[in-house]
Amino acid sequence: MNMENAKVRHDFATIAAWVKPGSRVLDLGCGDGTLLKYLKDSRQAHGYGVDIKDANILACVKKGLNVIQNDLDAGLSGFEAGSFDHVILSQTLQAMKHIEQVIAEMLRVGKEAIVAFPNFGYWRHRVQVLQGRMPVSPNLPYQWHDTPNIHLCTLKDFEAFCATHGIRILERVVMDGEREIGLLPNIRGSVAAYRIERG
Amino acid sequence: MSKPTTVGVVTPQTARFESPLTLKSGATLPSYELVYETYGTLNADKSNAVLICHALSGNHHVAGYHSEHEKRPGWWDNMIGPGKPIDTERFFVIGLNNLGGCHGSTGPSSINPHTGKPFGASFPVVSVEDWVETQARLADRLGIHQFAAIVGGSLGGMQVLQWSVNHPDRLRHALVIAAAPKLTAQNIAFNDVARQAILTDPDFHGGDYYAHGVVPRRGLRIARMLGHITYLSDDAMGEKFGRMLRSGAYNFGYEVEFEIESYLRYQGDKFADSFDANTYLLMTKALDYFDPSHHHGHSTLSETMRAARARFLVISFSTDWRFSPARSREIVKSLLDNNLDVSYAEITAAHGHDAFLMEDPHYHNLVRAYMERITGEKAA
Repeated sequence: MNMENAKVRHDFATIAAWVKPGSRVLDLGCGDGTLLKYLKDSRQAHGYGVDIKDANILACVKKGLNVIQNDLDAGLSGFEAGSFDHVILSQTLQAMKHIEQVIAEMLRVGKEAIVAFPNFGYWRHRVQVLQGRMPVSPNLPYQWHDTPNIHLCTLKDFEAFCATHGIRILERVVMDGEREIGLLPNIRGSVAAYRIERG
Repeated sequence: MSKPTTVGVVTPQTARFESPLTLKSGATLPSYELVYETYGTLNADKSNAVLICHALSGNHHVAGYHSEHEKRPGWWDNMIGPGKPIDTERFFVIGLNNLGGCHGSTGPSSINPHTGKPFGASFPVVSVEDWVETQARLADRLGIHQFAAIVGGSLGGMQVLQWSVNHPDRLRHALVIAAAPKLTAQNIAFNDVARQAILTDPDFHGGDYYAHGVVPRRGLRIARMLGHITYLSDDAMGEKFGRMLRSGAYNFGYEVEFEIESYLRYQGDKFADSFDANTYLLMTKALDYFDPSHHHGHSTLSETMRAARARFLVISFSTDWRFSPARSREIVKSLLDNNLDVSYAEITAAHGHDAFLMEDPHYHNLVRAYMERITGEKAA
């Protein structure tokens, strides 16, 4: 698909804006490579994707991307410290088993990291919980019994995690669909993206 | 896309080289021949050539049939042909029998023109680097300066790695399948048991068994039986043979009883009838010696791979314990360390090392997708 003419997902555009042109990028949980391809085309990034699913490896190869089949929960021992300008974890954090290890590894391998995830504190999610049900939304499109998401968090949770783990937050963008959210982000934002580095 | 078919009937060709070749061992071959097959058509700017490197027991007959009556096609016919993952309607594919082989290229069983007798024990030990050198000379002979891709599995994958370091500008893509950057001690040990089986066979005669009109069948057979055990996974063996008995009951003797025994003996016999023991020794030695860092005076694989310019596809198989996924990941890391383009896939397959020769849909789709991406690239 031609990203020039296609509508770019707002969170992808946000991430791309943080990626320096021509930089070396590692996209963890890269899926079918859409974001990586966008970063390659729009930022001339020299990137590698990492994913565990066969179908995603094939999709990336079809797009002409570099992709490494690997289980993120097993760490990033195949990557040298400081060897990437940006390590990206987009919409994958909540499905990881070992969050602390994954983020520590991201900050070891990358000079900085970008983490984007669905905000569990989004008001629609809160309403559904108050109604006595597990939330289902465009950003959390699964039923409680078939979801891959095991570590959902709110913006506050993530920021507290960064504080306790000595991680510096460089930038934050909170979104609801196409709109950027300034006021009451932990309630009004459905997706958040953070640029972080070792403190 | 056309329905995959076979390249049909193919005729091997022979290239004779009269310029002396100095081998890594220091020995010199004054002249030699390489037998090869080609499939598809070389395009005008000679940018669509693909070289296939064979493994331990492989040869130049990679795809198609030698005659209308041949029952079995070449050893990688499921991968190579019109409409197949390595599509001969797009690529000009070359398979050759490596130097030291026993299928037509100059090797221990060939006649030494100076003595009129088979080389036998006097044939020098050859290395992966020597093979790469002779393959490059064959490419020169065919007017191919740069391959679109060089592809190989197992020992063939090792040759691809060596190519990427020794002739970085002569291949655009490297497909390294079920390979390793160098053998482990365990792997060398398996090879040595195989060699000992041959070397201690009374019919070996120091490698000059041709003059005695015999072949060290017993040794070769045992070598192959051992090899087969290491190429299959425990699970695959269990699934295919389990503890099945041929007669359904114990016979309390040493004849074939279990199906797995029958299979291994059959494979051993077949191999002993068709393969040359000296070639087997040479091939296992080339495997043991392979270490691209060794001759480059580098301490690490990452330093060695710094020379490479190709883009890589590295593939391993989940149940391959002879060339495990961990070994492929070492290769991948050395490429990442040098900022080279690489994709890596670990195929979930039950058949151990042998899986690289089998028709797994995901594996074949990956190779197909990769090869489609590189179709039509111009020579650099």
